Amino acid sequence: MSGTPHDHYARGHDDQAHDHDHDDHKPVNEHDDGPPGEYEIMSRAMQELLEQKGIITAEQVTKRMELFDEEFPYHGGQVVARAWVDPAFKQRLLADGRAACAEMGAMLEAERLIAVENTPQVHNVIVCTLCSCYPRALLGMPPTWYKSRNYRSRVVFEPRSVLREFGTVLPDNVTVRVHDSNADMRYLVVPMRPAGTEGWSEEKLAGILSRDTLVGVTVPHLPA
Amino acid sequence: MSGSASLKSTYTPAPEHRFKVGDKVVVKTAHPPGHRRTPEYIRGKQGVIERICGAYPNPEELAYGFDGKPERVLYRVRFFQTHVWTGYAGPANDIIEMEIYEHWLDPAGVQS
Repeated sequence: MSGTPHDHYARGHDDQAHDHDHDDHKPVNEHDDGPPGEYEIMSRAMQELLEQKGIITAEQVTKRMELFDEEFPYHGGQVVARAWVDPAFKQRLLADGRAACAEMGAMLEAERLIAVENTPQVHNVIVCTLCSCYPRALLGMPPTWYKSRNYRSRVVFEPRSVLREFGTVLPDNVTVRVHDSNADMRYLVVPMRPAGTEGWSEEKLAGILSRDTLVGVTVPHLPA
Repeated sequence: MSGSASLKSTYTPAPEHRFKVGDKVVVKTAHPPGHRRTPEYIRGKQGVIERICGAYPNPEELAYGFDGKPERVLYRVRFFQTHVWTGYAGPANDIIEMEIYEHWLDPAGVQS
Protein backbone atom coordinates (compact mmCIF):
# COMPACT_ATOMS: atom_id res chain seq x y z
CA MET A 1 0.00 0.00 0.00
CA SER A 2 1.12 3.50 -0.62
CA GLY A 3 0.61 6.33 1.77
CA THR A 4 2.28 8.96 3.83
CA PRO A 5 3.94 8.11 7.13
CA HIS A 6 1.40 9.89 9.34
CA ASP A 7 -1.49 7.60 8.43
CA HIS A 8 0.00 4.29 9.47
CA TYR A 9 -3.14 3.21 11.33
CA ALA A 10 -5.40 3.92 8.39
CA ARG A 11 -3.04 1.99 6.17
CA GLY A 12 -2.92 -0.91 8.60
CA HIS A 13 -6.67 -1.16 8.36
CA ASP A 14 -6.64 -1.17 4.57
CA ASP A 15 -4.14 -3.98 4.67
CA GLN A 16 -6.62 -6.36 6.28
CA ALA A 17 -7.16 -9.18 3.86
CA HIS A 18 -10.78 -9.73 4.87
CA ASP A 19 -14.03 -7.88 4.68
CA HIS A 20 -16.01 -7.18 7.83
CA ASP A 21 -19.11 -5.44 9.05
CA HIS A 22 -17.62 -2.37 10.66
CA ASP A 23 -20.62 -0.31 9.58
CA ASP A 24 -20.26 -1.78 6.09
CA HIS A 25 -18.10 1.10 5.09
CA LYS A 26 -14.70 1.21 3.60
CA PRO A 27 -12.71 4.34 4.13
CA VAL A 28 -12.57 6.58 1.11
CA ASN A 29 -9.16 7.84 0.15
CA GLU A 30 -9.71 8.96 -3.42
CA HIS A 31 -9.92 12.62 -2.50
CA ASP A 32 -6.64 12.56 -0.67
CA ASP A 33 -3.15 12.91 -1.96
CA GLY A 34 -1.36 9.94 -3.38
CA PRO A 35 -2.29 7.09 -5.66
CA PRO A 36 -5.46 5.02 -5.07
CA GLY A 37 -5.30 1.99 -2.79
CA GLU A 38 -5.60 -1.52 -4.16
CA TYR A 39 -9.24 -1.96 -3.08
CA GLU A 40 -10.12 1.27 -4.81
CA ILE A 41 -8.43 0.10 -8.00
CA MET A 42 -10.21 -3.26 -7.79
CA SER A 43 -13.54 -1.54 -7.24
CA ARG A 44 -13.08 0.80 -10.18
CA ALA A 45 -11.88 -2.01 -12.43
CA MET A 46 -14.86 -4.16 -11.46
CA GLN A 47 -17.32 -1.39 -12.24
CA GLU A 48 -15.68 -0.71 -15.61
CA LEU A 49 -15.79 -4.39 -16.52
CA LEU A 50 -19.44 -4.70 -15.53
CA GLU A 51 -20.27 -1.62 -17.56
CA GLN A 52 -18.34 -2.89 -20.60
CA LYS A 53 -20.16 -6.21 -20.45
CA GLY A 54 -23.48 -4.37 -20.32
CA ILE A 55 -24.43 -5.83 -16.92
CA ILE A 56 -24.76 -2.47 -15.20
CA THR A 57 -24.67 1.13 -16.32
CA ALA A 58 -23.00 4.10 -14.68
CA GLU A 59 -26.48 5.61 -14.28
CA GLN A 60 -27.61 2.60 -12.25
CA VAL A 61 -24.62 2.99 -9.94
CA THR A 62 -25.40 6.69 -9.46
CA LYS A 63 -29.08 5.89 -8.85
CA ARG A 64 -28.16 3.27 -6.26
CA MET A 65 -25.98 5.80 -4.44
CA GLU A 66 -28.90 8.25 -4.39
CA LEU A 67 -31.11 5.50 -2.96
CA PHE A 68 -28.64 5.07 -0.10
CA ASP A 69 -29.14 8.74 0.71
CA GLU A 70 -32.92 8.34 0.68
CA GLU A 71 -32.66 5.25 2.86
CA PHE A 72 -30.97 7.25 5.59
CA PRO A 73 -32.66 10.62 5.87
CA TYR A 74 -31.28 13.23 8.24
CA HIS A 75 -33.04 13.20 11.63
CA GLY A 76 -30.26 14.66 13.73
CA GLY A 77 -31.48 18.25 13.65
CA GLN A 78 -34.94 17.30 14.92
CA VAL A 79 -33.50 15.21 17.75
CA VAL A 80 -31.17 17.95 19.00
CA ALA A 81 -33.84 20.65 18.58
CA ARG A 82 -36.08 18.56 20.84
CA ALA A 83 -33.24 18.30 23.36
CA TRP A 84 -32.85 22.07 23.29
CA VAL A 85 -36.50 22.75 24.13
CA ASP A 86 -37.19 19.77 26.40
CA PRO A 87 -34.71 19.32 29.29
CA ALA A 88 -36.18 15.94 30.26
CA PHE A 89 -35.69 14.68 26.70
CA LYS A 90 -32.11 15.98 26.73
CA GLN A 91 -31.42 14.00 29.90
CA ARG A 92 -32.81 10.86 28.27
CA LEU A 93 -30.75 11.53 25.13
CA LEU A 94 -27.56 11.90 27.16
CA ALA A 95 -28.36 8.80 29.24
CA ASP A 96 -29.38 6.49 26.39
CA GLY A 97 -29.15 8.00 22.92
CA ARG A 98 -30.63 5.05 21.11
CA ALA A 99 -33.80 4.97 23.21
CA ALA A 100 -34.28 8.73 22.95
CA CYS A 101 -33.91 8.66 19.17
CA ALA A 102 -36.40 5.80 18.96
CA GLU A 103 -38.93 8.05 20.72
CA MET A 104 -38.63 10.33 17.69
CA GLY A 105 -38.83 7.52 15.15
CA ALA A 106 -35.12 7.27 14.36
CA MET A 107 -34.19 3.61 14.74
CA LEU A 108 -30.46 3.25 15.01
CA GLU A 109 -28.59 0.35 13.47
CA ALA A 110 -25.89 0.38 16.15
CA GLU A 111 -26.36 -0.95 19.64
CA ARG A 112 -25.61 2.28 21.43
CA LEU A 113 -25.60 5.96 20.68
CA ILE A 114 -23.55 8.17 22.95
CA ALA A 115 -24.68 11.78 22.88
CA VAL A 116 -22.02 14.22 24.10
CA GLU A 117 -22.92 17.75 25.07
CA ASN A 118 -20.94 20.87 24.20
CA THR A 119 -20.61 23.31 27.07
CA PRO A 120 -18.79 26.61 27.54
CA GLN A 121 -15.90 24.47 28.86
CA VAL A 122 -15.88 21.52 26.44
CA HIS A 123 -16.19 21.12 22.67
CA ASN A 124 -16.74 17.61 21.29
CA VAL A 125 -15.76 16.29 17.86
CA ILE A 126 -16.28 12.83 16.37
CA VAL A 127 -14.06 10.73 14.11
CA CYS A 128 -13.59 7.08 13.24
CA THR A 129 -9.89 6.55 12.59
CA LEU A 130 -10.29 2.89 11.64
CA CYS A 131 -12.80 3.39 8.83
CA SER A 132 -15.86 5.61 8.87
CA CYS A 133 -18.31 4.52 11.58
CA TYR A 134 -21.15 6.99 11.64
CA PRO A 135 -24.75 7.02 12.94
CA ARG A 136 -26.30 6.82 9.49
CA ALA A 137 -29.87 6.27 10.68
CA LEU A 138 -29.62 9.60 12.45
CA LEU A 139 -27.32 11.71 10.27
CA GLY A 140 -27.73 10.15 6.83
CA MET A 141 -24.78 8.99 4.78
CA PRO A 142 -21.42 10.28 6.00
CA PRO A 143 -19.89 13.11 4.01
CA THR A 144 -16.81 12.40 1.94
CA TRP A 145 -14.57 14.44 4.17
CA TYR A 146 -15.56 12.29 7.18
CA LYS A 147 -14.29 9.23 5.36
CA SER A 148 -11.17 10.93 4.03
CA ARG A 149 -7.75 9.85 5.19
CA ASN A 150 -6.91 13.50 5.78
CA TYR A 151 -9.69 14.04 8.35
CA ARG A 152 -9.38 10.63 10.01
CA SER A 153 -5.65 10.89 10.53
CA ARG A 154 -5.38 14.56 11.46
CA VAL A 155 -8.32 15.33 13.73
CA VAL A 156 -7.00 13.01 16.44
CA PHE A 157 -3.67 14.74 16.85
CA GLU A 158 -4.28 18.27 15.62
CA PRO A 159 -8.00 18.76 16.25
CA ARG A 160 -7.75 22.51 16.66
CA SER A 161 -6.09 22.94 13.26
CA VAL A 162 -8.74 20.78 11.58
CA LEU A 163 -11.56 22.63 13.35
CA ARG A 164 -10.06 25.95 12.26
CA GLU A 165 -10.21 24.73 8.65
CA PHE A 166 -13.95 24.23 9.19
CA GLY A 167 -14.16 27.80 10.52
CA THR A 168 -14.39 26.74 14.16
CA VAL A 169 -11.85 28.58 16.29
CA LEU A 170 -11.81 27.64 19.97
CA PRO A 171 -10.01 29.48 22.76
CA ASP A 172 -7.42 27.53 24.75
CA ASN A 173 -9.60 27.49 27.87
CA VAL A 174 -12.14 25.31 26.04
CA THR A 175 -11.19 21.63 26.27
CA VAL A 176 -11.28 19.90 22.89
CA ARG A 177 -12.63 16.39 23.47
CA VAL A 178 -12.08 14.09 20.48
CA HIS A 179 -14.07 10.85 20.30
CA ASP A 180 -12.61 8.06 18.19
CA SER A 181 -15.62 5.95 17.19
CA ASN A 182 -13.43 2.88 16.88
CA ALA A 183 -15.65 0.01 18.02
CA ASP A 184 -19.33 -0.55 18.86
CA MET A 185 -20.64 2.84 19.95
CA ARG A 186 -21.91 5.62 17.70
CA TYR A 187 -21.76 9.30 18.62
CA LEU A 188 -23.80 12.48 18.39
CA VAL A 189 -22.68 15.95 19.45
CA VAL A 190 -25.32 18.10 21.16
CA PRO A 191 -24.19 21.66 20.37
CA MET A 192 -24.87 24.67 22.58
CA ARG A 193 -28.04 26.56 21.70
CA PRO A 194 -27.04 29.98 20.36
CA ALA A 195 -28.29 33.15 22.01
CA GLY A 196 -31.05 34.82 20.05
CA THR A 197 -33.04 31.62 19.46
CA GLU A 198 -35.33 32.10 22.46
CA GLY A 199 -38.92 31.23 21.62
CA TRP A 200 -38.02 29.49 18.34
CA SER A 201 -40.04 26.43 17.30
CA GLU A 202 -38.35 23.04 17.17
CA GLU A 203 -38.62 23.14 13.41
CA LYS A 204 -36.90 26.49 13.18
CA LEU A 205 -34.18 25.33 15.60
CA ALA A 206 -33.64 22.17 13.55
CA GLY A 207 -32.94 24.44 10.58
CA ILE A 208 -29.67 25.66 12.09
CA LEU A 209 -28.57 22.18 13.20
CA SER A 210 -26.60 21.03 10.19
CA ARG A 211 -24.96 17.64 10.02
CA ASP A 212 -21.55 19.21 10.55
CA THR A 213 -22.66 20.74 13.86
CA LEU A 214 -23.67 17.28 15.11
CA VAL A 215 -20.30 15.79 14.17
CA GLY A 216 -18.71 18.71 15.99
CA VAL A 217 -16.66 20.30 13.24
CA THR A 218 -18.80 23.45 13.29
CA VAL A 219 -21.15 25.14 15.75
CA PRO A 220 -24.67 26.39 14.93
CA HIS A 221 -25.09 30.06 14.07
CA LEU A 222 -28.07 32.29 13.54
CA PRO A 223 -28.81 32.81 9.84
CA ALA A 224 -27.04 35.91 8.53
CA MET B 1 -12.63 17.42 32.96
CA SER B 2 -9.93 15.90 35.11
CA GLY B 3 -10.35 13.48 37.95
CA SER B 4 -13.10 10.96 38.35
CA ALA B 5 -15.79 13.25 39.78
CA SER B 6 -17.09 14.23 36.34
CA LEU B 7 -17.02 10.67 35.03
CA LYS B 8 -20.09 8.53 35.17
CA SER B 9 -21.26 5.37 33.53
CA THR B 10 -24.57 5.76 31.72
CA TYR B 11 -25.11 2.10 30.93
CA THR B 12 -25.59 -0.96 33.03
CA PRO B 13 -22.13 -2.33 33.61
CA ALA B 14 -21.28 -5.76 32.35
CA PRO B 15 -21.92 -8.43 34.99
CA GLU B 16 -18.24 -8.87 35.67
CA HIS B 17 -15.74 -6.22 34.84
CA ARG B 18 -12.13 -5.82 35.85
CA PHE B 19 -12.01 -2.02 35.89
CA LYS B 20 -14.30 0.66 37.26
CA VAL B 21 -14.92 4.23 36.20
CA GLY B 22 -11.94 6.42 37.14
CA ASP B 23 -9.39 3.55 37.18
CA LYS B 24 -6.04 4.32 35.58
CA VAL B 25 -5.23 1.89 32.81
CA VAL B 26 -2.58 1.30 30.17
CA VAL B 27 -3.37 0.01 26.69
CA LYS B 28 -1.31 -3.06 25.90
CA THR B 29 1.62 -2.68 23.58
CA ALA B 30 1.01 -5.68 21.41
CA HIS B 31 0.98 -6.19 17.68
CA PRO B 32 -0.89 -9.41 17.05
CA PRO B 33 -1.93 -10.11 13.46
CA GLY B 34 -5.56 -9.96 12.46
CA HIS B 35 -8.50 -7.66 12.92
CA ARG B 36 -8.07 -5.32 15.90
CA ARG B 37 -10.16 -2.39 17.00
CA THR B 38 -7.41 -0.96 19.17
CA PRO B 39 -5.78 1.83 17.12
CA GLU B 40 -2.00 1.58 16.82
CA TYR B 41 -1.55 5.14 18.04
CA ILE B 42 -3.04 4.42 21.45
CA ARG B 43 -1.10 1.23 22.28
CA GLY B 44 1.12 1.72 25.30
CA LYS B 45 -0.68 4.91 26.39
CA GLN B 46 -2.12 5.56 29.84
CA GLY B 47 -5.66 6.77 30.37
CA VAL B 48 -8.64 6.65 32.71
CA ILE B 49 -11.83 4.58 32.41
CA GLU B 50 -14.52 7.09 31.32
CA ARG B 51 -17.45 4.65 31.26
CA ILE B 52 -18.29 1.00 30.92
CA CYS B 53 -20.20 0.37 27.70
CA GLY B 54 -21.31 -3.20 28.47
CA ALA B 55 -20.25 -6.54 27.04
CA TYR B 56 -20.18 -7.23 23.31
CA PRO B 57 -19.20 -10.12 21.04
CA ASN B 58 -15.45 -10.05 20.56
CA PRO B 59 -14.84 -8.30 17.20
CA GLU B 60 -11.53 -10.11 16.82
CA GLU B 61 -13.48 -13.38 16.61
CA LEU B 62 -16.48 -12.04 14.66
CA ALA B 63 -14.12 -10.85 11.94
CA TYR B 64 -13.29 -14.46 11.11
CA GLY B 65 -16.79 -15.87 11.19
CA PHE B 66 -16.83 -17.08 14.81
CA ASP B 67 -19.63 -16.19 17.21
CA GLY B 68 -17.57 -13.77 19.29
CA LYS B 69 -18.23 -15.66 22.53
CA PRO B 70 -17.39 -15.15 25.28
CA GLU B 71 -18.41 -11.52 25.06
CA ARG B 72 -15.81 -8.97 26.13
CA VAL B 73 -16.31 -5.93 28.29
CA LEU B 74 -15.97 -2.68 26.35
CA TYR B 75 -14.78 0.51 28.04
CA ARG B 76 -14.46 4.09 26.94
CA VAL B 77 -11.04 5.31 27.97
CA ARG B 78 -10.03 8.96 28.28
CA PHE B 79 -6.48 10.10 27.50
CA PHE B 80 -4.80 13.46 27.75
CA GLN B 81 -3.66 14.41 24.26
CA THR B 82 -0.25 15.39 25.66
CA HIS B 83 0.12 11.78 26.89
CA VAL B 84 -0.75 10.39 23.45
CA TRP B 85 1.23 12.57 21.06
CA THR B 86 4.76 13.84 21.56
CA GLY B 87 4.69 17.56 20.89
CA TYR B 88 0.89 17.92 20.94
CA ALA B 89 0.32 21.54 19.92
CA GLY B 90 -2.89 22.26 21.86
CA PRO B 91 -3.46 23.04 25.54
CA ALA B 92 -2.75 20.45 28.23
CA ASN B 93 -6.43 19.91 29.04
CA ASP B 94 -7.35 18.60 25.57
CA ILE B 95 -8.46 14.98 25.61
CA ILE B 96 -9.22 12.06 23.33
CA GLU B 97 -11.50 9.17 24.17
CA MET B 98 -12.09 5.84 22.51
CA GLU B 99 -13.48 2.37 23.03
CA ILE B 100 -11.08 -0.31 24.24
CA TYR B 101 -11.91 -3.94 25.00
CA GLU B 102 -10.92 -5.24 28.42
CA HIS B 103 -8.33 -7.72 27.16
CA TRP B 104 -6.37 -4.78 25.72
CA LEU B 105 -6.10 -3.04 29.10
CA ASP B 106 -3.77 -3.43 32.07
CA PRO B 107 -3.91 -1.56 35.37
CA ALA B 108 -1.54 1.42 35.23
CA GLY B 109 1.86 0.52 36.63
CA VAL B 110 1.71 -3.13 35.54
CA GLN B 111 3.61 -4.15 32.42
CA SER B 112 2.07 -6.78 30.17
